[in-house]
Amino acid sequence: MEFFKIKKDVPFMSYGRYTTAISLVTFLFAIFFLFSKGLNFGVDFTGGTVIEVHYGQPADLAKVREQLAQTGLADAQVQNFGSSRDVLIQIPLKQNIAGAKLSEQVITALSHQEASVEKRRVEFVGPQVGKDLVENGALALLLVSIGIVGYLWLRFEWKFGLSAIIANLHDVVIILGFFAFFQWEFSLSVLAAVLAVLGYSVNESVVVFDRIRENFRTMRKAEVTEIIDNAITRTMSRTIITHGCTQMMVGAMLFLGGETLHYFAMALTIGILFSIYSSVLVASPILLLLGVSREDFIKPEKTEAEEVLP
Amino acid sequence: MNRYPLWKYLLILAILLAGLIYTLPNFYGESPAVQVSPMRTSLKADTALLERVNNTLKAANLAPEMVALDGNSVKARFADTDNQLKAKDLLISGLGEDYMVALNLLSRSPQWLTQLNALPMYLGLDLRGGVHFLLQVDMKAALGKSLDAATGDIRTALRDQKIAYTGVNREANLLVIKFRDADTRSKGEAELKQRFSDYALTATEAGGEFLLQAVLKLEAERRIQDSAVQQNLLTLRNRVNELGVAEPVIQQQGADRVVVQLPGVQDTARAKDILGRTATLEVRMVDEEHQLSVGSAAPFGTEMFKDRSGNMLLVKKQVILTGERINDAQPGFDNRSNEAAVHINLDGVGARKFKEATRENVGKRMAIILFEKGKGEIVTAPVIREEIGGGRVQISGQMTTVEAQNTSLLLRAGALAAPMEIIEERTVGPSLGADNIKRGFDSTKIGFIMVSAFMIIYYLMFGTISMLALAANLLLLVALLSMIQATLTLPGMAGIALTLGMAIDSNVLINERIREELRMGITPQAAIHAGYDRAFGTILDSNATTLIAGIALFMFGSGPIKGFAVVLCLGILTSMFSAVLISRALVNLIYGRKLRLAKLAIG
Repeated sequence: MEFFKIKKDVPFMSYGRYTTAISLVTFLFAIFFLFSKGLNFGVDFTGGTVIEVHYGQPADLAKVREQLAQTGLADAQVQNFGSSRDVLIQIPLKQNIAGAKLSEQVITALSHQEASVEKRRVEFVGPQVGKDLVENGALALLLVSIGIVGYLWLRFEWKFGLSAIIANLHDVVIILGFFAFFQWEFSLSVLAAVLAVLGYSVNESVVVFDRIRENFRTMRKAEVTEIIDNAITRTMSRTIITHGCTQMMVGAMLFLGGETLHYFAMALTIGILFSIYSSVLVASPILLLLGVSREDFIKPEKTEAEEVLP
Repeated sequence: MNRYPLWKYLLILAILLAGLIYTLPNFYGESPAVQVSPMRTSLKADTALLERVNNTLKAANLAPEMVALDGNSVKARFADTDNQLKAKDLLISGLGEDYMVALNLLSRSPQWLTQLNALPMYLGLDLRGGVHFLLQVDMKAALGKSLDAATGDIRTALRDQKIAYTGVNREANLLVIKFRDADTRSKGEAELKQRFSDYALTATEAGGEFLLQAVLKLEAERRIQDSAVQQNLLTLRNRVNELGVAEPVIQQQGADRVVVQLPGVQDTARAKDILGRTATLEVRMVDEEHQLSVGSAAPFGTEMFKDRSGNMLLVKKQVILTGERINDAQPGFDNRSNEAAVHINLDGVGARKFKEATRENVGKRMAIILFEKGKGEIVTAPVIREEIGGGRVQISGQMTTVEAQNTSLLLRAGALAAPMEIIEERTVGPSLGADNIKRGFDSTKIGFIMVSAFMIIYYLMFGTISMLALAANLLLLVALLSMIQATLTLPGMAGIALTLGMAIDSNVLINERIREELRMGITPQAAIHAGYDRAFGTILDSNATTLIAGIALFMFGSGPIKGFAVVLCLGILTSMFSAVLISRALVNLIYGRKLRLAKLAIG
């Protein structure tokens, strides 16, 4: 079986203008939503308390809210989590309440009202921790970017490193844009997914770049655009199949992994979809723009330097 | 050209076999168990303890599946939690105070596997349930304490040398010593420079007074902070032991934070109470010269504290000892009066100070004060009957046995060198933990089946080989995780699923390359060779970039994210091995010997 029997190279580079324009628009939209709506940071980053409880029968959210208001927690957010029996309570950080003791107070209050309540999960994060996490996350993002550019520079050429990282940071911004637009919770595990996407989607560019480098050596007479078109066309089958397989795994997590893994898998899904697009249709045009040429790889033969012997 | 020498096959086989052995323990599951370990370092878990545990259980007709000595503890495994709980109660009453009895889960894997050090993966708190705390040590308080102590010491030193000073005061991080004239100041400076090498001294003059300012040197400050954290770690360890948790994790994180993980603990209120008890102990003399008048301020140099029954007592500000000097405290009975008593064992410095204080104060009362959240309470204020040397102290009188026990617990669990605050808590109930395991496992399983089915349909024989390589990858990854006993978390399980999805990339690259070579019209054998050869560079590059991301995540991630990063990095390594070497070995085995190979089953 074969999905892609392409006889002639697809002239991807001639669409370069359109594809880059599409990316640019998506990118700008993402930036716009990031600034206008902002990310819905989870408790990991903002600090506060999250309590997940499980009831024997479908929970009455109004009653839960009422009970919490009586406990002095009127600003607590109460919502169902996964099923009607699971309830998620989010309490923002407050100065006058001893954060660490809050969870016990809530559970005790709720069990007065309904004995079948069971504590599933408590997360309390103090303000000091959240700040550190944001800093560490940003630092990790920076380090990954530098590491990847450095590696690609070493293995290929700086033009490849630069265009790959531009394409992939564009993916990252778009994922963040999605999270801002839908106001999905941005938690630590989503951050991990974003960083994994950064590493993973560079794969894609690397595979294409590898082919471009090889083509520079084998297709001696061809134009640069032809070389790139050929590289993309010939790796396309692999691109789709690989991502399809990875997506099968991620999809399984998205639907079966429960609430905790849902947004992790969601970030990966968006990342995978856009990385196919960006590494092929963004990275390569940028590479062309940066003026990649045969000379970048096939160095004119150097004249041997004369040795000076003592 | 597509043949491997025999040793390569054997090596791969050996690695797979090792992988299988180390993966096996994960399939046996776990049974409820009881773990008995000695509370004090002087006691050892030995065959005698094993015998006692065995006899205690036998006497009650409880049949454990296994009882064994493991490290410094005795573990007994049971078929169900009912027996486990019964056994726990029995052992607590049977073994007494000296041993900690905790509930635990033990692998059901057979003895020979355990002897090979093949253990199941270590599950994180989000999978097994439990509490995770992050505590912040209040460094300012630690420094303040040591500055306060220095203030007293400077006074004593100057008095001993008969150098006249008009005052020693602490102003934030600065100690200011006042002298009458420049001459005495320079004498004082010479003396203090010699004795207090941790402080940098500068001489100034202000308002006609001759001042000496002392500031803690940077390295001394660092040392004080470091030892404060170490002391707190030790104290926390003792306190957690009192809680009876089977495998607690207590670690320093960064310069001033401590991580405490208590697997299986559900009673978080009690855990917080015991951990968050920011108690410090001080021994001071009771002031008996001044009359205590209700409502008025305490006279200069004294403070007022309540004792347990609510009576007020005047206590001198000068501290004789702090809780750090207490090595051990045990409840017991007075030899003569048979009253309940607490026996305290002091360390060397503490013993000397205590001897001096008791010699000078026979017949007077001393107070042991417990400070909790800045508020002091007198635990006990006994009368000193005689000079006490040797560091062995007994406190008795007006105490019940329960009070003696509580007091000794407080003294033993020790004081924290600096107060701590819980800044992060993550509690996962056992039912959520079990759900998380199931979800993680299910999504990996379903994903694996889908990918395998697709690969086999799309690439036929080569797809089957890819699938086998992927299975080998999973096997090796789980084996590696079990071997290094890395903590498996839910994000870690997601990492396993994700690396499997990504690992297939290498095989797709190879298979596509072979197809391409075939299309160009070269012979099947040459196509296989060229396919593997050419794909390798690409595989290396693409995995390296993911590895960079994994390493950065490991460096900056915390808790569950670290778990994900470990799995990601290891998964990349195993996938390179299995996708390149194992799949090649299979291909060579199947096609390598066929000289006249006309067609490949690659779809």
